[in-house]
Amino acid sequence: MRYGKNYTGNSFFKKENLFSFLTSALNQKSLETAPPLLKQGKGRTYPECGQSFLRFLKLFSPRKLAAFKASSVILPGFILILMFFPSCQSKKSNTTEIIVAGSTSVQPFADKWAELFMEKRPGLVVNVQGGGSSAGIMAVKTGAAHIGMSSRELKEDEKDLHEIEVAHDGLAIIVHPSNPVEDLTIDQVKGIFSGDIVNWKTINGRDKAITVVVREEGSGTRGAFQEMVMGKTRISKKAIVQDSNGTVREIVSRDPNSIGFISLGLVNEKVKAISLNGVRPSEENILKKQYHLVRPFLFLTREEPSGLAKEFIEFVLSDEIQSMLPKEGLIPVRKAG
Amino acid sequence: MSSNGTNKLEKSDRLIKLSLLMIALSAVSVLAIITIFIFEQGLPIMFRYGLKHFLLGQDWYPSEKSFGLLPMIIGSLMVTFGALIIGVPLGLASAIFLTEFSSRRLAGFLKPVIELLAGIPSVVYGFIGLMFLVPFIRERFGGPGLSVLAASVILGIMILPTVISITIDSIRAVPDSYREGSMALGATKWQTVRMVVLPAARSGIIAGIILGMGRAIGETMAVIMVAGNAADIPGSVLAPVRTLTSNIALEMAYASGEHREALFATGVILFIIIMILNTVANMSSAKQRKKGSGR
Repeated sequence: MRYGKNYTGNSFFKKENLFSFLTSALNQKSLETAPPLLKQGKGRTYPECGQSFLRFLKLFSPRKLAAFKASSVILPGFILILMFFPSCQSKKSNTTEIIVAGSTSVQPFADKWAELFMEKRPGLVVNVQGGGSSAGIMAVKTGAAHIGMSSRELKEDEKDLHEIEVAHDGLAIIVHPSNPVEDLTIDQVKGIFSGDIVNWKTINGRDKAITVVVREEGSGTRGAFQEMVMGKTRISKKAIVQDSNGTVREIVSRDPNSIGFISLGLVNEKVKAISLNGVRPSEENILKKQYHLVRPFLFLTREEPSGLAKEFIEFVLSDEIQSMLPKEGLIPVRKAG
Repeated sequence: MSSNGTNKLEKSDRLIKLSLLMIALSAVSVLAIITIFIFEQGLPIMFRYGLKHFLLGQDWYPSEKSFGLLPMIIGSLMVTFGALIIGVPLGLASAIFLTEFSSRRLAGFLKPVIELLAGIPSVVYGFIGLMFLVPFIRERFGGPGLSVLAASVILGIMILPTVISITIDSIRAVPDSYREGSMALGATKWQTVRMVVLPAARSGIIAGIILGMGRAIGETMAVIMVAGNAADIPGSVLAPVRTLTSNIALEMAYASGEHREALFATGVILFIIIMILNTVANMSSAKQRKKGSGR
């Protein structure tokens, strides 16, 4: 307990000393002119140890320091208060606001559409929320949202909802551009992702171990891949997991032996999308229904859409929006006229 | 000092004491709220499926109601241990050099620089790891590069500032008389450090290591970026690995229902592991105080 004795020694804490010590430090005078707050006969003194702290304090003028102190008390307090208030989102059902909720794959696009819509129709509010396809479907059923978004086909027990296809999203199997493999069958893809095929040699590639890159559990892209390619087969747990399309692409573009899947619209020149059963993944082949790794982006309503919901859906289906889709990587449901 | 002045001082003292108490309590209440929240969300599912399912299950397929966390628990421990293997020798060596061997000026320059390491956001560490370390490991040692090794190296660097500054403090706390005594007996500088200073500072050093360990086990962002996150028990240091923290951060965005609860269960397990670490750290520093050696 080298310093302890002095910390508790009352006589050292004379108020005047403490005050002038601090102010002189804050007034940018050198530390040497400050009265000794704690002094030890020999060895290190307290001020010496506290120097770096005081140097830090000097960064602030006294006024700034006061503001800093105040904010350091107020901020946590404010956060505390916030914590006690559950989010009080009003579920207004008046005609100037609609809530669109569901798939996080559709959400970024819907956000954009809503923005454009609100620009055209000032005064109206389209509130886009995430939550996932299943949550969106539930929200429409219970009436918590006016329009649900889903990036998967409806299941049998969900078919009582009105579904409107607003776009399609292709899924591309990607490899490193240097990979000689150009074409795979669905079964080979399944074998790779389930962990049965572990070397590129088996499928006419280089003699290298395959690095499989997938999305995390719960993501819509993984869900669609599981459904359309894997069926009941599990994705190998040895697969590398990334939490966005972008990072999957990043890793595949850097590792010559890797394979992954991302939204078709996000394929760029740094990765190579491979053909499935001889069919190249392209907008054309999807519209011709030859490339099968396609998922629909659905808007769902409880009844025949009406009012503002109808207007918004019609807006999304309009040429203006549909002709924008290819630029964003989606496939329009109808050719722009 | 007059009795009047003392009274005044006492009053303001009481006021300060009271306001400080309030602030301290609000900090503690945040801890309490977090604890209650995590346990409330995470415990029900643990009891529904049984503790064994979580702690010993090897399959993490939440969509199929399979919530085995063993790969992540082992992953966390492996990565943390790896970080210590890399960070502790480096940290100790730096601290010994800075306190015992370097000139005051050099130490005055190097110590703040090392402390700057602590200020670099973890996402930057992760990014650098992804850009340089991962390709390096892939090309030199094989495998996907995203691996236990990559995560350990990054974490090892990230815990350096913690280990170094606490070790420096505890070495500095060793009284000079110990060193003088040792020198007087004819020991060299290195012998003094090895046989006198380090043993005297031991418990402080251990506390520093445990704090670094806490940092390593809690780190998320950098680990997600370089570890590969495969939910499988890694077969080698070159295999990808997923830690408890990355498990939560990776999947929180889309998780709902039981999947979400299972992530809170992950949080419960992480919480307990960190509590154990903290308790051990506290015990080791308490033991040291009782012994009265060192500081």
